[in-house]
Formats: sequence, structure tokens, C-alpha cells
Amino acid sequence: MTPPKPAGDLISPAQNTWCPGCGNFSIEHMMKSAIAELSEEEGIPIENFVLLGGIGCHGKLVDYLNVNTLYGIHGRSVPAATGIRLANPDLKVICHVGDGDIYAEGLAHLLFAAKRNSDITVVVHDNRVYGLTTGQYTPTSPSGFKGRSTPGGITEHPLNPLEVMLAAGATHIARGYTRKVQHLKGLFKEAIMHRGFSLIDVLQICATYFNLTDYYNEHTYEMQEGEVETGRFESALGKIREWDYDREAPIPLGTFYSVKKPVYEEHFQALTAGKPDRRALVRKVIEEWR
Amino acid sequence: MAEYSILIGGKAGEGINTAGLSIAGLFSRLGYRTYMYFDYPSLIRGGHNFAIIRASERTIGAHRTEVDILLAFDQNSIENHRERIHDRTTVVYDASQVVRGEGYGLPLDTIVKEEKAPPITKNSAMLGALARVAGIGRDVLDEVLHKSVPAKHLDSNLRVAGRGYDAVEGVFTVEPLEGPELPVLTGNEVTGLGLVHGGLESYVAYPMTPTSNILHFLANRAEDLSIKVLHPENEISVILMALGLAYAGEKAAVGTAGGGFCLMTEALSLAGSSEIPVTIVVGQRPGPSTGMPTYTAQTDLHFVLNAGQGEFPRFVVAPGDLAETYSWSATALMLSWKYQVPSIVLTDKTLAEGAYSFDIGAVTEPPDREPELWDGNGEYRRYTGTESGVSPLAFPGRKGAIVKASSYAHDEAGFTTEEANETRELQEKMLRKGKSLKEELATYPTVKTYGTRDAGKTIVCWGSEKWACIEAAERLGAQVVQPLVLAPFPVRAWKEAMIGAGDVACVENNATGQLARLLRQHDFDPGRSVLKYDGRPFAVDELEARLREVFA
Repeated sequence: MTPPKPAGDLISPAQNTWCPGCGNFSIEHMMKSAIAELSEEEGIPIENFVLLGGIGCHGKLVDYLNVNTLYGIHGRSVPAATGIRLANPDLKVICHVGDGDIYAEGLAHLLFAAKRNSDITVVVHDNRVYGLTTGQYTPTSPSGFKGRSTPGGITEHPLNPLEVMLAAGATHIARGYTRKVQHLKGLFKEAIMHRGFSLIDVLQICATYFNLTDYYNEHTYEMQEGEVETGRFESALGKIREWDYDREAPIPLGTFYSVKKPVYEEHFQALTAGKPDRRALVRKVIEEWR
Repeated sequence: MAEYSILIGGKAGEGINTAGLSIAGLFSRLGYRTYMYFDYPSLIRGGHNFAIIRASERTIGAHRTEVDILLAFDQNSIENHRERIHDRTTVVYDASQVVRGEGYGLPLDTIVKEEKAPPITKNSAMLGALARVAGIGRDVLDEVLHKSVPAKHLDSNLRVAGRGYDAVEGVFTVEPLEGPELPVLTGNEVTGLGLVHGGLESYVAYPMTPTSNILHFLANRAEDLSIKVLHPENEISVILMALGLAYAGEKAAVGTAGGGFCLMTEALSLAGSSEIPVTIVVGQRPGPSTGMPTYTAQTDLHFVLNAGQGEFPRFVVAPGDLAETYSWSATALMLSWKYQVPSIVLTDKTLAEGAYSFDIGAVTEPPDREPELWDGNGEYRRYTGTESGVSPLAFPGRKGAIVKASSYAHDEAGFTTEEANETRELQEKMLRKGKSLKEELATYPTVKTYGTRDAGKTIVCWGSEKWACIEAAERLGAQVVQPLVLAPFPVRAWKEAMIGAGDVACVENNATGQLARLLRQHDFDPGRSVLKYDGRPFAVDELEARLREVFA
């Protein structure tokens, strides 16, 4: 095994172009630390981590970390992540996605990855606004939100993505906040080590278009041991519904739900094991036709 | 030359396709080459389905209008096919359903009732009647049933087939041939087998006619062929999953039709940018939009040639029969990996769902091509500049390599860049790959010719119209020229094949002459277009008549 690299080596030479004060910095550094620590604590080689990015400010993260990355297209990281995990069971596959990216453009993929319990981790950079396209509403923007495409304010209500994920069959659901970095790092490590589909909705500050720092500082709290029974659907649902991303309410942070279910990719692993001579198999199929 | 055409028709859900394959099996058993055209509307029960099975001493891949035997399960199967009946046609019909029939009426309801057999066995009664009419012995009939019917239903099928056999009389005699008994496969099945020959490890698809049966076939044979077969939520997921598999080192292909390919185009462009190999089987059917889902067309040529934003090289091949489908599906996958470009295998409903005698011995083994892999020396750069444009591959999990693939314009290491020099170099590197691919293809049979050269008459065609054209050309004393590779277009091979072409006719299953347009783009004269755009392939005799007008 290679000696674990210090976390500093994981920062790439690419020039960082996020706005000053952007919540993405916290996510980047906590993911970097989570990877470095998991590599050291669990003996996972750094080369076995793969990060995927969608399109949006969040996606730039994959350029900023010196690990394997697939910088894909808007809303489509999740099925690519499942493909990667299908090809190599040793890989830890982590999708960095945005709220517009995955809750709007790519929602179907998210639902189905949860439904099939694909062994991947999805980190949603949920700043509740489109940043890179300069300030439109997203599926988690609160009602009344005035964006550049909706200057009169939106009349619709946001999705509660955690409730959606629970209904879809996700086996690990958590929420973090970019101003609580140590807590966030713990959530990342827990989700990455979860066997099956894990999602962390990260409340992320957008310093330019939707700065909710004061609001989140006031309303978020870390759930304490026993506050939610993470093995029970009803308990998780109750806690997830405490805040609906719309009305003013206490915002619980932490893991809401974590259960074990069969992993999708494992059904297929045996099929391609070894190095079979497939041409001989093709010949046999033709020779024994019907 | 001995050849026979049989039509079997009835309602959807009555097993017409399977019955047609059994008829093809009967002739194969006697050493004949067979081809089956299957015509069905987009519904599950009812309507009118029919199959035309043609058997010949020689290789064939098209049907004729007229038939020698018509097997009718209902009145429509006679009325819809009056033009196919000639004075030597023997009609066998289900007397329980058909009120106006001339020929042999079989009381199929009574037969299955007396034999206590399930209704589906009526097909075996027809098969039995066919065997008797065609002078094929009971032993051959029984053998074919033994091969095609599951053991628990065998007895009832044999009894009912015997009743059909006894209810009619011999009309002519199909003489057994010396030829081998060849298996009868569909284009879809052979596409799947060819892909596996080329190194396929995972097949990903969402059901869509006419390529759903690749998915079904490979899913059924996943263990036999040691492959993964995946069916995710939509075509977008299909191609992204395939790209994820390939990024991590596993060879993947996807299958769809025009509508599904529309959904895949954004990811096709991603494949172009990220240089992740993927092979896409596109089975054409008539559009626009939903069109006629279960019918045939050659209308997506320019769509697959141009789909996806931006400029990137791609490989497009349109096989015309099973042998070409096998070797070019394998080649498409291998070249996709060697040059890290998307490969498209363009079929259509005629080829995909048509059944043909498959002679694997006659297939030219495609040359083996391996992807270029990183040698492990120095720092790994995913998009390192090379003369060929091809950058060696490494996959995540490889010690010492950081594999950064990207949809953005990127530098050699894979980091996003918008710098003028770097982006220009990236674009030129991509185009060099296309050039390298084109050079390699110079050694492949990218353009094929058949028939008499210097005849002064040339029929140009592509894809599944190949065999109708070959047969028509024989009757007309013409040459056939068929481009297999459509991108990168084999300009030199085309030029050579067309020397002394004389009068040229360009045969296509579309309304606007898409190959003709492609030829004109390359400064070639496509001659006069002979087009058919009613969802049906040309019958040999129909095409011959149309071509006579052109060459008159």
C-alpha cells in the first residue's frame, strides 16, 4: 500500500475561480480532508476515489482536486457514476452535483439511482439558486424567490429533496451546512463508507446571488444522538419534514436515515468476472443455435 | 434455380413470427438459404401480422411479391395479399376463421379441440400442411418441431402438425440440397454477437423498436456470453452509464432507434469531448417523431452523421446483411476503443428484425485492434498530445495515474482551459484522430461492389437494400456499389469503385435521397434516386421494375 498522502497534495494546480466567500470552498476542503482521512484510516488508495462533476459552480471542484475525475454534463453525473461503479467494485464513486443540476435537469437519474440502491455517494451543493448562469430560481428556492427569469417572484413551492429521496428508496440521507465544516466532513466520510446509495444535501452559501448565511446560522442545529431513529423510515420522515425549505423552522443537520439493502452493482459483478474468452463463447452460442 | 416463397399471416399474438422462423428452419434443414421479412403493426393483440419466408439455393436477403404457398389464419391474410397470389399459389387457410377461401381449409378449432392441444399449436398444423404441400417428409417436419418446441409441449404439437399434414395433398416437391443446415438469426442477434466478438463487456439499452431484441437477446444470453446487460430509466442514462463504464475501463455499447438517439446526442458530444469510447447501435424506422414504430426506413443517415454539438470525429457504418453486421459491429467497437471516438452501427428494421441464414464460416474475420494503453512511465496525462491524436488510456484505480476526463475544453492533463492556443491544439488533436482512423480504414472493405463491372449501369445502395439490389442487378446486368463506412467517408475507395459506372441509380428507403446528398457533399454524382418511403423494404421484383424505368 502507498503511504497516505498529506491532504495538501490533493489540491490541484488549477486556478480557483469561485467568488470570495463561496460555500464551495468548504465543500472542496472537507471533501479533500475526508478523502485523505479515509485513505489513511480505511486503507483506501487515493487512486480508488473518483469524483464526478455536473455543470455549474459546483462542478469546478473536480478541477481543483488531484484525484480521478469525470467532469460531465449538466444533470447527468449520477448514471455515469453507476457505470463507473459497475466497472470496478473497488472504486469509491462520489458525485458532486448542484441543486439545479440534479433536482431539475437530472432528477430522474437521482430517483432511479436511489431506487436501485446504486453504491455511489451524491453530494448536492444546494445553494438554492443558479450561480454560473447568474441568478435564476432552482427546485429548492423558497416561494416568492425573485430570480432573473422570475422577476415577479415564483409562486411555486420548493421540493424537499430529502423527502423525495426517502420516498425513492435512498438508503442513506443526510444534510450538512457549509459553515459547519467539521460536521460536514464527518457526514462525507460516513456517506462514502455507506454501502449503497447515499445523498448529502449541503446547504451552501452563494455569496453573490443568494446569501442565506444569517438565516442558516440562526436556524440550523446538529441533531443529537437519539433525536432521530436512522433505521426507521417514519422517524426519518418526521425529522426530514421539520423544515420544508420554504417556511421558517428549525433546520436539522446530520444523518436522517441509514439502512442496509442489497447493492445494485453486485448483481452484475459475477457476470464479467475473470478474463473469459468471449469469442469462444460466441462460437458456442452460434454452434448450438436453437 | 430452386426457390420458394411462403407467406404466413394472422393476428398479433398468434405467434406468426415464431411460426415463420419454424418455416425457415424447415427449409434450412433441407440445406436451403432462407430470408424472412416480418411485417407487424404496433399493437400487442389483433391487427394483421405476416411473415414472408423465402428459401433459395443461393444466399438471399430480400423477399419477392408473389408467393408459392399462403398460410392464412384469417380472412385478412388472404384479402390483404391478393397481389401475391398467382395461378400456382397454394392457399391453406383456417376454415374456422376464413369464410371465403380457395384451397385447403383446415378446421383448426376442431383439430386443437380433438387433440386437446392449446390454440398456439395451430401454427404447427399450418407447418404440417406446408410440409405436405411442399413434399417435405414427416421425418423432417418432426425434427424441426423437436428443435423448436419446448419438451413439455412437444407431443401436442407433433399431433396437431400431423393433422395438418394429413389434411392436404402434395403439390410440388422441395428437393433436399447438399448445403449445410445453417442457423437462422436476426440482424439484432448478430449485432449482439458481433459486439461481443469485438470485446463487449456491458450492453446498456432502453427498449425501443427495432433494436429492443438486442437487449432481450443479450439479457437472455448474459451468462453464456459473460457480459453485463443493463436497462436503466431512459436513453440519457443509458449512454451516460456506458460512458461511466468505459471511463473505468469496461467496453460498453448501447442500442436504440432515432427517438432514443435524439436523447443521447448531448452525451454523444460528451463522448467526443472526453474521448471516452462508446458504440451506439441505431436501428432506423420511419419518422418524423414516433412515425411507424414497427416499420422500416433509411432516414437517419444525416442525423447520425451530424448529431451532437461541436466538431469531433466519429465512425459510422451501415451493414447490409448478417455477415457484414457481425464483422462491422465487432470492428466498430474495436475502432471506437483504438481511436477513442464514438462508433455508430446504423441498421434498420428490415435488417434488425429480419431473419437470415447465418453462415459464420463465410464471415471475414475482422482484424483485431487493441486500445492504446498507458505504459506507466512518468506523469500520466489523459490527453497527452501525439502525432496520431490518440492519447494512451489509463483507468481509475491505476496506481500513479490521475485520470481526468472532461466535457470542457481541457489541457493535456484534463484541466479546464479557455486559453486560445491550448483549445486550438485540443481541437486539432481531435481531428488528427479522425485522420488516423480514416487512414486505417483504407485497408478495410469500406466500399463493396457486386455484379458485372463495366456494364454501363450501376446501382448504388446502402444498408439492408443491398440484397434486393444485388438480385435486381443480376436481372438487369448491372453493377452494385455499396458504401459500408459512411464516416469518415471512404472517398478514395468510392472513386475507384465508381470508375466506369455509366448510368447510376441510387436506391434508398427514404423520401429525400440521403446517401445521394452525402455523395454530392463529396463531389460525387449520385445519379437518379430510386426511393421508397412507405415503411416497407423493396421486394426484388418491385425494385427491378423501378430500375428498368431508370435504365430504360
